[in-house]
Amino acid sequence: MTITNKPKSFWLTVLFLAWMIPAMSQHVPVIQFDQLNKRIHQNNDTLYVVNFWATWCGPCVTELPLLESVHKKFANQKVKVLLVSLDFKRDLQTKVIPFVQKRKLRSSVYLLNETDHNTWIDKISPEWSGSIPATLFIKTSRNVRKFMEKEVKAGELETIIQSFHL
Amino acid sequence: MKTIFKTQLALLLLLAVGLVSARFAPAGYKVGDTVQDFSLKNVDGKMVSLASNTQAKGYIITFTCNTCPVAKLYEERIIALNQKYASKGYPVLAIQPNDPGISPGDSYDLMQKRAKDKKYAFPYLVDETQAIAQTFGATNTPHVFVVKKEGDKFKVAYIGAIDNNSQDASQATKKYVEEAVDELLQGKAVTTPSAKAIGCSIKWKKA
Repeated sequence: MTITNKPKSFWLTVLFLAWMIPAMSQHVPVIQFDQLNKRIHQNNDTLYVVNFWATWCGPCVTELPLLESVHKKFANQKVKVLLVSLDFKRDLQTKVIPFVQKRKLRSSVYLLNETDHNTWIDKISPEWSGSIPATLFIKTSRNVRKFMEKEVKAGELETIIQSFHL
Repeated sequence: MKTIFKTQLALLLLLAVGLVSARFAPAGYKVGDTVQDFSLKNVDGKMVSLASNTQAKGYIITFTCNTCPVAKLYEERIIALNQKYASKGYPVLAIQPNDPGISPGDSYDLMQKRAKDKKYAFPYLVDETQAIAQTFGATNTPHVFVVKKEGDKFKVAYIGAIDNNSQDASQATKKYVEEAVDELLQGKAVTTPSAKAIGCSIKWKKA
């Protein structure tokens, strides 16, 4: 068998790398705005809680545990938390992925790879000036759409989600 | 008893939802509005107002700070804007709106240090009460308001981002502020009077 020509550690490394690559890319997919827009405008029965954040944004990082707790609390209901990072793509491997792993984030994390923000900010909400954190609640099938451009307080997300009477 | 309790609970819930969803009335200047003059302390200790510079045809009023990563990425571009346009009558007027209680890196001392280290050739004003940021309707850093002098008044001609690529100035295909000021200098209407970009939220004092 040719396979045995290589030391065992070599194959272990290959296996490890093969395992790592999809694991890393699955953690934080890099998407364009159109992909995000499609993802949150599905005609299904899911409420999307779309939080715009960045590793460099202090108040965003502070409120992430609140979004994570919503992810856990509504796990059995049709509520999906999407954490959309506005970090630069060049910081994906060095900052975003290590951050997501260190914080053990369980919600879906994406990196929105858009540079010309003026082309898409209004499509999330015309009332959004562009500051983060910002959060959009959207459920197309029931015309639910609420946007907030501020930090959320403990319990606030739950109150809002419950107010939609899912 | 039970129903009364239920009604009370329902009312409380309604109140809570109402409070959460209550939004502030939209405040701040829009393009075309006349700006009320203000007086803010510069890093040299002197007070500065729009009327201070009698040569100005207008200003590139920029809400910015020491700490926001986006503002930092734009710092050189803000310096360059002042270099290019101060002599043409549109100097930069930088205003730092963050509460240093929340953002210690934006203290007056550190503003002075930053202005000195980077040799700011424009005023770097502290908006201690945050009243000016609120009056303007500034929400993030960097957030630009280009104002044009008309008679003895200043009118808003552009609101928003400096250009369309915060990551890399050389890749910006639209230089909103430059285009607006160039048009104003030529006596033209501003083609793009507003444009948005992602920035750091202003760190407001906790009520």
